[in-house]
Amino acid sequence: MNEGKDEKIRIVVKSAIPPVANRELKRDLWPQMLRRMEQRPAQMPWLDWALLGLLGVWILFFPEAIPLLLYQL
Amino acid sequence: MELLERFAQGDLEAFETLFRQFQGGVYGWIIRIVRNPATAEDLTVETFWRVYRAHARFDPQGNFGGWIRRIATNAALDHLKTVRREVELPDDLSSGSPRDPAVSGEIRQRIAQAFRQLPARLRVAAILALVEEEPYEKIAETLGISVGAVKSRVFRAVRMLRKKLRQQGVEP
Repeated sequence: MNEGKDEKIRIVVKSAIPPVANRELKRDLWPQMLRRMEQRPAQMPWLDWALLGLLGVWILFFPEAIPLLLYQL
Repeated sequence: MELLERFAQGDLEAFETLFRQFQGGVYGWIIRIVRNPATAEDLTVETFWRVYRAHARFDPQGNFGGWIRRIATNAALDHLKTVRREVELPDDLSSGSPRDPAVSGEIRQRIAQAFRQLPARLRVAAILALVEEEPYEKIAETLGISVGAVKSRVFRAVRMLRKKLRQQGVEP
């Protein structure tokens, strides 16, 4: 790729997507930060628990599959 | 005790001081990548949340500004990976600099659309290098890769962009 073509694509891209002019933060985000810190960690979806349960049962009945499972991890 | 040492030990007041000191800079960096004020605010909070959780891993002798910019870039990158095709560029974000009259509005739209379809990793490198004109060294530092790797990503982004535009009948 030559420099002339590089410069041309840069101009074309900048024309379509100009640099961000207003980069100033308009409000204090500390209250949002505090809310985020107070949130409880996300709950594990029921489907994940069900899959985990099935995996446990599978391992219980087919313990010889554990090396295969570890290999897949 | 120094501020960064107190932060590394999990002191909330030290974290708040750092938050107030760096929130503007982090927001200003993220908005260049995601180009949406509301998303940039959310990702600024997400960045500081990651910083707060990682306080024990921070070396108080290290560069906090560089560390947080890297975390912010990763947060923005994670966001783009999930919504990259949906994000539109709001007009009020543009710099107001005169647009190239040789490039029509329709072509500009097609270019912006093609740009949004780039893989997130290439898009971030290209947007910082081509649009925001950040030095390659700074981009490399924030992405945690070499300068050569940044150049390679920008090159691949340009190549993919050209290909996408040719498919749409636009010859850049």
